[in-house]
Amino acid sequence: MSISERFQELKKQNEGALIAYVTGGDPSPKYTPKIVEALVKGGVDIVEIGIPFSDPIADGPVIQASDVRALNAGTTPNTVLNIVREVKKTSEIPIVLLTYYNIIFRKGVGRFLEDASKSGVDGIIVADLPVEEAEEYKENAEKNGIDTIFLASPSTSSSRLEKILRMTSGFLYLISVFGVTGIREHVSQITIQTLKRLRHYTVNRIPLAVGFGISKPEHVKSIISYGADGAIVGSAFVKLIEEKYGDLTNILEALTSYAKSLKAATRQEYSQAELS
Amino acid sequence: MSRTVYDYPKGGKYGRYGGRFVPETLMPALEELEEAYLRFKDDPEFKKKLKYYLERFAGRPTPLYYAANLTEKFGGPKIYLKREDLAHGGAHKINNTIGQALLAKSMGKTRVIAETGAGQHGVATAMACAALGLKAEIYMGAEDMKRQRLNVFRMRLLGAEVHPVESGSRTLKDAINEALRDWVTNVQTTYYLIGSVVGPHPYPMIVRDFQSVIGFETREQILAQEGRLPDAIVACVGGGSNAIGIFYPFIEDEDVELYGVEAAGEGLHSGKHAASLCAGSEGVFHGMLSYVLQDENGQILTTQSISAGLDYPGVGPEHSFLKSIGRVKYDAVTDGEALEAFLELSRLEGIIPALEPCHALAYAKKLARGMSKDEILVVNLSGRGDKDVEVVANRLGVKI
Repeated sequence: MSISERFQELKKQNEGALIAYVTGGDPSPKYTPKIVEALVKGGVDIVEIGIPFSDPIADGPVIQASDVRALNAGTTPNTVLNIVREVKKTSEIPIVLLTYYNIIFRKGVGRFLEDASKSGVDGIIVADLPVEEAEEYKENAEKNGIDTIFLASPSTSSSRLEKILRMTSGFLYLISVFGVTGIREHVSQITIQTLKRLRHYTVNRIPLAVGFGISKPEHVKSIISYGADGAIVGSAFVKLIEEKYGDLTNILEALTSYAKSLKAATRQEYSQAELS
Repeated sequence: MSRTVYDYPKGGKYGRYGGRFVPETLMPALEELEEAYLRFKDDPEFKKKLKYYLERFAGRPTPLYYAANLTEKFGGPKIYLKREDLAHGGAHKINNTIGQALLAKSMGKTRVIAETGAGQHGVATAMACAALGLKAEIYMGAEDMKRQRLNVFRMRLLGAEVHPVESGSRTLKDAINEALRDWVTNVQTTYYLIGSVVGPHPYPMIVRDFQSVIGFETREQILAQEGRLPDAIVACVGGGSNAIGIFYPFIEDEDVELYGVEAAGEGLHSGKHAASLCAGSEGVFHGMLSYVLQDENGQILTTQSISAGLDYPGVGPEHSFLKSIGRVKYDAVTDGEALEAFLELSRLEGIIPALEPCHALAYAKKLARGMSKDEILVVNLSGRGDKDVEVVANRLGVKI
């Protein structure tokens, strides 16, 4: 199932998408397919798998630590592509890779996208690739039928957003705050303001999902009610993996049950957007 | 003379190198910075202030010194030293920090962050910010803080806050990562003062422009002292700011040979070095496309050098470009060779150099063998060696 088909399906059911992030190979490559399975069992609609990078400048301490664990476990970009292949054998779940541009550049942009496509990857997010530098990447992604998910942030102007939307497919990733990834206590005012401002440009055009700091069911509920089409939860899942490090059964159960509580928050009868 | 070739790199590209590879949140900040820089750089008021601080605060111009004893010892060309070691703070770093701190102030930013490896850029940032009334916060790898305790204390004396970085290899590259994370978080109020010709556009251009005062002075001074341009210029390259600074005004003088010298550490084949241009490959790191030291999967490698200031796995994109067009020749010398040059210059000329330019000195010695007595060779002596005496004593097995 493609990313946009998944969003269409959810829209019909009046649900937001729950998008979960985990770092590929954390704590060990052989665990990741089971981790994805546990997330899907918990109701996750789209899974993002990170290819670990040595210098993840957009990530906070939780995901940085997961990159270190994954790299120490011997995870390479090919390991992660093999994980995707493994997952896709038994599941229809749309898979999005998240990484930094050097991982793609080093392999060769064309070759990377071809390999990703063969492994069953549906979309890619590159944390440090703005649209201005993305021509070759976009061209090869299109050729290989992979969605290019670009990011917008509270500092993105509407004219910049237009440029970004022209390059984006699958969904638009809205970075909710000024900052790096990580668990936060509340959904900030700036998140709601940015969401309201940008939603105006994406509605009826492309799904919009919000990430960075979205970690609790009430956060999910809040952003969906303000019109987001999906919520991206990363550090909260990664933290569970870290806390239960070494005990696979425990990790899987914890992930499934946390995903269930987040997924429940994506279902609501009336949204704030409709009410206002 | 026209410098239109890449005076202002379009889209931040030097050939295929450079660019802007950063999280989306930083893009508007980089655009704002570029716009502000282009506005202020030719502004008479800004130029006047910059000149004032460079002369009265930083002690410019620095001398171009004829090293008679070194010349005699090498037995080849006349050796001149561009004495950046005499600039305020003991290194060329102040040229850039004064310029960027003035820019930050002109942009209305009140908080300045910077990364530092050995601590030289951190100290120079703290000095410039103290002088201009800006708040400075410096990110420094925890490992480097241990190695360079003296500079940590100097920064604190100058009123800067020093944040230890515990991630990754806990050295310069991790300090840059952490500074970038801070900038993403506080971009609305904060100016990120990068210390070398690295990072996303427009930083490599801004730092080059502020450091090119070294080359413009050298040009004037050599013409006054010798009545002609030098035959060769040698500078060390880590990120590459002192090298670009002295090379840039000579790029179009094709008779002036330019040499950039990287840190070969324990040897290029040992895997323990910091020679991105000589032994690295093209990659995207810290916001730029340039040469980097990386493994086959694109993971950035840790580096090693006796000189903390060269201990960085990337290099400025303009150097990658100058390598690609063959305008500058890049080579590398080992820790041992640099150490030898350190001792030689101290004894022969009464100047204790920083370990970074010792790489350039060691290479100049080799180069001198193939040059004649009527030729002129300039070495950029980018800093003084007070900060390195402990490292050198340890290497020599001397207890101080």
